[in-house]
Amino acid sequence: MGIRIIEEGLLTTVQDLGRFGYQSSGFSVSGAMDSWAMQLANIILDNDKGEAVLEMSFIGPSITFEADMIISLTGADMSPKINEKVVKNGKPLSVKNGDTLTLRTAKSGIHCYLAIKGGLDLPNFLNSKSTSLRAQVGGFHGRKLVVGDIIPILTPIQAASFNWSLSPFLFDYISSNDLTIRFLEGRQYDWFTNQSKQHFETEAYQTTTQSDRMGYRLKGMPIHFIHSKELLTEATTFGTIQVPASGQPIILMADRQPTGGYPKIGQVINVDLATLSQVRPSQSFTFLKSTLKEAQTLMNTRQQQLSSLQTFCTLKWKEWDRCK
Amino acid sequence: MNRQHYHALSENAIMIDFGKQLSIEKNARILTLAEQIANNPFLGFVESVPSYTTLTVYYNPINFHQDSFKQVCLLLDTYLTEMEENNYQSRIVTIPVCYDESFGFDLEEVASHNNLSTEQVINLHQTNEYHVFFLGFTPGFPFLGGMDARIAAPRKKIPRTNIPAGSVGIAGQQTGIYPIASPGGWQIIGRTPMSLLQIKQQPPTMLKPGDKIKFQSISKQAFLNFTSS
Repeated sequence: MGIRIIEEGLLTTVQDLGRFGYQSSGFSVSGAMDSWAMQLANIILDNDKGEAVLEMSFIGPSITFEADMIISLTGADMSPKINEKVVKNGKPLSVKNGDTLTLRTAKSGIHCYLAIKGGLDLPNFLNSKSTSLRAQVGGFHGRKLVVGDIIPILTPIQAASFNWSLSPFLFDYISSNDLTIRFLEGRQYDWFTNQSKQHFETEAYQTTTQSDRMGYRLKGMPIHFIHSKELLTEATTFGTIQVPASGQPIILMADRQPTGGYPKIGQVINVDLATLSQVRPSQSFTFLKSTLKEAQTLMNTRQQQLSSLQTFCTLKWKEWDRCK
Repeated sequence: MNRQHYHALSENAIMIDFGKQLSIEKNARILTLAEQIANNPFLGFVESVPSYTTLTVYYNPINFHQDSFKQVCLLLDTYLTEMEENNYQSRIVTIPVCYDESFGFDLEEVASHNNLSTEQVINLHQTNEYHVFFLGFTPGFPFLGGMDARIAAPRKKIPRTNIPAGSVGIAGQQTGIYPIASPGGWQIIGRTPMSLLQIKQQPPTMLKPGDKIKFQSISKQAFLNFTSS
């Protein structure tokens, strides 16, 4: 009873909101790259918003369902079809035992999320189901999913089709052409020349194809140091913008190491991490300086938005329960 | 409140700066604070991460109505004020290392760089007691202090794509052990048969910040016996 991978895609891993509490032992947090889309995939199904899901990147897999279940897709649009029939992201989808979901290359963005109502039946490793690829722990045997894998699910459910969905505007950030990533000054912001700080905020940057779940490597106007100074290794987090000697920034992402030794020019604000995670290689964006106060306010607003969407979906599922 | 000690790493993390110089005494203060927060956590506390001169405290801003940064700084002030002096207990852990050339790919290079024989390098490496400042880089990787400067060696010009788990290396003035196979540029001088990860146990790593370690040279036969036992 589960979901079977019949075509691999490029990179599919099991992720939740991450592994907290073990960074001081050297374990990466990992977790979804786009936690906004990931949480919405769960909220649509009235799951706990931190339930483990499949994160499917660049090219989606094809999956056969080996039980009746209710699923949802959010994030990047991978032209989903169930038994050759086009379906949409952002709503509950009822599937039957033997149905096949096919996904293709993401049309925009990178990461698409597949949630299963009731969740995946996988063990926790250090309080989390997130896959940590480098340490080969968590998720499904600590690795990406390959053809033939069957991921067990917790609760099969039979249901008719659903006629409601979340607003597609909630995912507008994925296809936006005018990309601005806001940041807070990093702890070593003063280590960089004024000219470089100015370039950082005015010039366009792109992510390179050397980017992965650990870090997005950027190319653009190089950032210069006032003096070359050694930084003692210290903590880093999701969205930390480091500058190595080459001057081309690296933004640390979900699979980052807990500590790093490169100077930090900035920190991407929390509400812009989802946008950043979906930026494709060679897509241009610019940085804009923000303040801690603004970032905190935006984060609170985002949390409230998530709560009200959760309330809306829970009501929909209560109605469904009554009408069953 | 002495605000200059606190830096908002992000909206949910505060880095406490203990000053520029690293020392074992400072490390003990950092680890004591970490332990005291963990033993008596504030509402919303997630975890803390020590490094050479900082302690970074992660928290959940949802637990605070507004300006969580300021509120958590005030809480941290209280911990710092009430902090008992360095009561951190160090353990001494002996780590067996086989310095055979089949494991210590770069032992020769480290020796010739310092005009020493390989025996002298091995002796100097296992004489000192090392201090585990913190873990990072990969699960269980110890950042160690205390290496004899006479065996320092620059990183490899071309990093290796795969260094086997257990490899003991030197990079600049530092020595370290790779708990899992990973790419890296350290000069590899030996290998331990001991596993630094114990992922089924709590804590999941053999070493803890604050530990003292000693390296003990073992023969290739002892290495192989250790592995199979």
